[in-house]
Amino acid sequence: MTVAKRTFDAVIVGAGGAGLRAALQLSESGLKTAVLTKVFPTRSHTVAAQGGVAASLGNSTEDNWHWHMYDTVKGSDWLGDQDAIEFMCRKANEVVVELEHYGMPFDRTDNGKIYQRPFGGHSQNYGQSPVSRSCAAADRTGHAMLHALYQRNVRANTQFFVEWMALDLIRNADGDVLGVTALEMETGEVSIFHAKATIFATGGAGRIFHSSTNAFINTGDGLGMAARAGVPLEDMEFWQFHPTGVFGAGVLITEGVRGEGGILRNASGERFMERYAPNLKDLASRDVVSRSMVTEINEGRGCGPDKDHVLLDITHLSPETIMKRLPGIREISIQFAGVDPIKAPIPVVPTAHYQMGGIPTNYKGQVVAPKGGNVNAPVTGFYAAGECACASVHGANRLGTNSLLDLLVFGKSAGESVVEDLNSGNLSLKPLPADAADVSLARLARLEGQTNGESVFDVGLDMRRTMQKHAGVFRFDNLLKEGVSQILSVAERAKRTEIKDKSKVWNTARTEALELDNLIEVAKATMVSAEARKESRGAHVRDDAPDSPEFPNGRNDNEWLKHTLWFSEGNRLEYKPVTMRPLSQDVEPIALAKRTY
Amino acid sequence: MSINRGRVRWQCRRALLELDLVFARFLERDFDRLTDGQLADLEDLLRCEDHDLWAMVNGSNPCEVDRWKEMIGLLSQR
Ligand SMILES: Cc1cc2nc3c(=O)[nH]c(=O)nc-3n(C[C@H](O)[C@H](O)[C@H](O)COP(=O)(O)OP(=O)(O)OC[C@H]3O[C@@H](n4cnc5c(N)ncnc54)[C@H](O)[C@@H]3O)c2cc1C
Repeated sequence: MTVAKRTFDAVIVGAGGAGLRAALQLSESGLKTAVLTKVFPTRSHTVAAQGGVAASLGNSTEDNWHWHMYDTVKGSDWLGDQDAIEFMCRKANEVVVELEHYGMPFDRTDNGKIYQRPFGGHSQNYGQSPVSRSCAAADRTGHAMLHALYQRNVRANTQFFVEWMALDLIRNADGDVLGVTALEMETGEVSIFHAKATIFATGGAGRIFHSSTNAFINTGDGLGMAARAGVPLEDMEFWQFHPTGVFGAGVLITEGVRGEGGILRNASGERFMERYAPNLKDLASRDVVSRSMVTEINEGRGCGPDKDHVLLDITHLSPETIMKRLPGIREISIQFAGVDPIKAPIPVVPTAHYQMGGIPTNYKGQVVAPKGGNVNAPVTGFYAAGECACASVHGANRLGTNSLLDLLVFGKSAGESVVEDLNSGNLSLKPLPADAADVSLARLARLEGQTNGESVFDVGLDMRRTMQKHAGVFRFDNLLKEGVSQILSVAERAKRTEIKDKSKVWNTARTEALELDNLIEVAKATMVSAEARKESRGAHVRDDAPDSPEFPNGRNDNEWLKHTLWFSEGNRLEYKPVTMRPLSQDVEPIALAKRTY
Repeated sequence: MSINRGRVRWQCRRALLELDLVFARFLERDFDRLTDGQLADLEDLLRCEDHDLWAMVNGSNPCEVDRWKEMIGLLSQR
């Protein structure tokens, strides 16, 4: 089979917030840039973000980037790299104001400045009082952001390849990255995108879990491609669970519902949060509420015939309050839980929401991996940004609104690094190996010829159930150990998936089979990394590592203040130190402390 | 020119989980029975922004385009 080849200065996989921000940097520098995306750019998952984007503009309350940096390091439970965190917090105002200039319709204060509102975990004066740091465009922040960036890219002549799915990373014998192979859905043909630089911005992989707030598109393709090509995945044990996803559907019910007086109840109708967090009750932080809910369920006080969820009750609020203050919640509940929350409580469970780990990068967006004694050696020609990347600014736990900021800062920074590396002569168009497309062609041929195989749906379902049961909110040593062997056997089955529809064009069954290959890599990385980390930290909470005077919150800095690196080949782990030194000499490191709010 | 069903099926992949769930039900239950005319209406509807589409499906914002009403009706059926 002959494979067509296209050549660019840079190829970007992904057209969400991170991909579009990176593309803009390149196209405006005059580089020939291709952006590949599975769906139309403004249908990327960034559209779902409502809460806002963090920046210490100080428009509504006094603020500065030092405070933002402190909050982010503390939020990360000290696993975040302080150089990258300083970089992100210092750049926040610049990238948000830039976005404003691109036409982003931010909410305004009376005197015309960007309006800012408070968000969990963000504070003034090193944790003293809440700060208004989130910039939003009504409840459509992500949507508005994508539109502003997309328009700007069109103006800058970025070349979009819409409904193209990248399949595999192309590397040469030295390990340099030379581009990707991709499948055009409309024709079913595979092409090579040969480039001096390749940027991954493929978003998260929340669909590895049974209960997820993520849309179906979040299949971790970038992570799968990187892992198969020998690049490690960093800190994949850390997943943020949102306490209130609709039971059975996953759709997120915003924190605002509890803010307006919503109460969580168990099977006997008890307001159980009074026992776990006597002061903040239902408004305690995401991880505390999630764990309390799971404890109720595990101890047999869950609701429903299978006692597998709890209830979020707003029946005591007036219908007017619900309609006026909580728009959208009623519709979601009626559609997906079949209950009108004015009359009956909403069944909810903690739901996988955000992936803190990803493809390891430095603060410049260059992908880094261990090589010749350097644990952070840049992989020539390879960059990553957004939820698929791990810079690492979120460490063990992300703060709300810091993800949209991450897209802007590291999307831009990855773009700038490509321009710099090109100008300094570090990047060139290297010859393609003769077998550049062979891995992808073999994967497609395997699917084409598979008989007596497994259904993609069944294998996917078993993966999601295994992840949910064995690597959920609360983690237990025996469940993790069983989980490792179970996920490895699911992974074996994924090698034998069979699709009945063999048509060449617009074959969604084939697309889903290829996506499953990527999800499986992420699932293995998560389970294996989680089993190995014997402490509790941030979102990774083990039953056998509880709070104690020696190990506050179960965290063990002596042994575990380090990043996990999972390698697909051999299912192997390595570790590397956390960068505790900020970027600038005159900035003091944020010293280790117990994370309490 | 007839519309490729696979293409329309793929375009039912959306940015909001709410819509993915609604479309999953629709793809299972209704999609294979759509006529070419209905398929063309659906394809037109799928050009909408996700938040607008979701508002029409859940009824918080009534659909005002005649051509889309039948599909919105099917999508809204639980
Ligand atoms: C319900 C919800 C609400 C949220 N609210 C907020 C919030 O208020 N504030 C905040 O900061 N964060 C929020 N987050 C998190 C945040 O929205 C995401 O982390 C962020 O949008 C991810 O952006 P991205 O650019 O990395 O990826 P995405 O926006 O997911 O884009 C990924 C892109 O990659 C493309 N792609 C993927 N695989 C391939 C492939 N194989 N070939 C070609 N293209 C491919 C896709 O087509 C898409 O264009 C929220 C998340 C959820 C689920």
